Amino acid sequence: MNFNLFYNFGRYMIMMRSAFSKPEKLSMYWKETLRQMDDIGVGSLIVVALISIFIGAVTALQFAYQLDGTLVPRYYIGYIVRDLAIIESAPTITCLVLAGKVGSNMAAEIGGMRQKEHIDAMEIMGVNTTAYLILPRLIAAIVVIPLLVTLSAYIAIIGGYIATVPVGDLTSEEYVRGLRSFFVPFNIVMMYVKAATFAFILTSVSCFQGYYVSNGSIELGKASTNAVVYSNILILLADYLIVLLLTG
Amino acid sequence: MIRAENIFKSFDEAEVLKGISMTFEQGKNNLIIGRSGAGKTVLLKILVGLFEPTAGNVWYDKRDFFALDKKAKRAIRMEVGMLFQGSALFDSLTVEENVMFPLDMFTNWTKKEKLDRVNYCLERVELVGANDKYPSETSGGMQKRVGIARAIVLQPKYLFCDEPNSGLDPKTALLIDELIQSITVENNITTIINTHDMNSVMGIGDNIALLHLGKLVWTGNKDEVLESDNELLQKFIFASPFLQRLRDAAIQHG
Ligand SMILES: Nc1ncnc2c1ncn2[C@@H]1O[C@H](COP(=O)(O)OP(=O)(O)O)[C@@H](O)[C@H]1O
Ligand SMILES: [Mg+2]
Repeated sequence: MNFNLFYNFGRYMIMMRSAFSKPEKLSMYWKETLRQMDDIGVGSLIVVALISIFIGAVTALQFAYQLDGTLVPRYYIGYIVRDLAIIESAPTITCLVLAGKVGSNMAAEIGGMRQKEHIDAMEIMGVNTTAYLILPRLIAAIVVIPLLVTLSAYIAIIGGYIATVPVGDLTSEEYVRGLRSFFVPFNIVMMYVKAATFAFILTSVSCFQGYYVSNGSIELGKASTNAVVYSNILILLADYLIVLLLTG
Repeated sequence: MIRAENIFKSFDEAEVLKGISMTFEQGKNNLIIGRSGAGKTVLLKILVGLFEPTAGNVWYDKRDFFALDKKAKRAIRMEVGMLFQGSALFDSLTVEENVMFPLDMFTNWTKKEKLDRVNYCLERVELVGANDKYPSETSGGMQKRVGIARAIVLQPKYLFCDEPNSGLDPKTALLIDELIQSITVENNITTIINTHDMNSVMGIGDNIALLHLGKLVWTGNKDEVLESDNELLQKFIFASPFLQRLRDAAIQHG
């Protein structure tokens, strides 16, 4: 078990090192990067929007409930929804969900290419397959996922508004006042550090699972599941470390 | 010319190849034959460098493949074409894009130059006009031919074929054999073919090597096959009762 962990970590490092080599042909890598951006970005818009609106709504309602009968002013609801979205829920929950959607898809796609000897075929042509298969996905994810996270934060704030203002928990002016209070620009930095780190984790872990899959559809399924499970664990671990480092 | 020198290969406990030495000649169809599980695919993948041997060397003319660095290995790969058992065409690309892929990746040709080369190769494998089809829309025989076109598009010096006619009907299988044969001769390529198809053996076997349980047990050419009294070879060739009866009948009639 322990041996396996070290073995896989070593293999992961070797794969990643070889992934960062000079592309054979920039235009081919660029084309692949655009395709991946489209896949990750456009393909995930709806699911990210959906979860974000609920996250914002639930945060707002929950906090309104907690504030009931206390002396904390109501406009704090806007402030809490905003900061919770920026610091934690937008980057972390979005990326956990994307690990399930994008990560499992990458593992299955690359794993399928391994099993159908597509990767061997490219190797024989002289293509550096770790670079060609991983680098475009990595770049696409690190560009697109932070954009999705930004969107998620905005939508969560709208969700909070929809859940509280129309039912009279607080007024529109109060909510907006909350949004404008105690703003710490550094939190935005933290959000992007998280988003980019999580994007890196979920892409590289998922590519790794697919790239080294062995034969058989059971193995392919396992690789896809592992991609999600390991990405999620590592994302939460990284989340903890980032908060520790950046707020300490 | 490719030379394998004392190749051993083990996976975990199992020793799959047990000391294989052989030479594959230029301009010839070099066949590796043997029953399923004999180690043909493993040997082929070692020759092209997809597997590392546990021991032994592979020489590409004067170059010791496994002693080369990554860059030099990739340079050799540019001279290698390979046809895979399952064709290994990229599903998301059309026939034309599949064949063009190596050109896109490794040349700076214009679109027109690339298209001309692709069309020439498609014509060579008798697939004119199939450019815009997707692999899933084509038959197994067509996929093999697209695979050949893709393998030869960069004018390889070495061509590897893993079971080129497995899963094809006998007639299509013959066409594929003839195609590989003529491409080999025309371009003076070193061609290495894995097969367990007797028609291929008797049709295009310039050099034949019989692999049995990871060992080389017989070498010769297609004319020597029938005369050999090597027991393993005879067993392999006359595997079916039908062929055994044919042989016995032939012997009776002198
Ligand atoms: N990647 C691998 N890992 C472990 N064993 C393998 C691997 N590839 C092939 N083998 C084993 O090597 C033996 C020879 O396989 P192979 O070369 O595919 O035979 P064939 O002559 O039919 O092509 C088989 O017993 C197979 O199980
Ligand atoms: Mg085989």
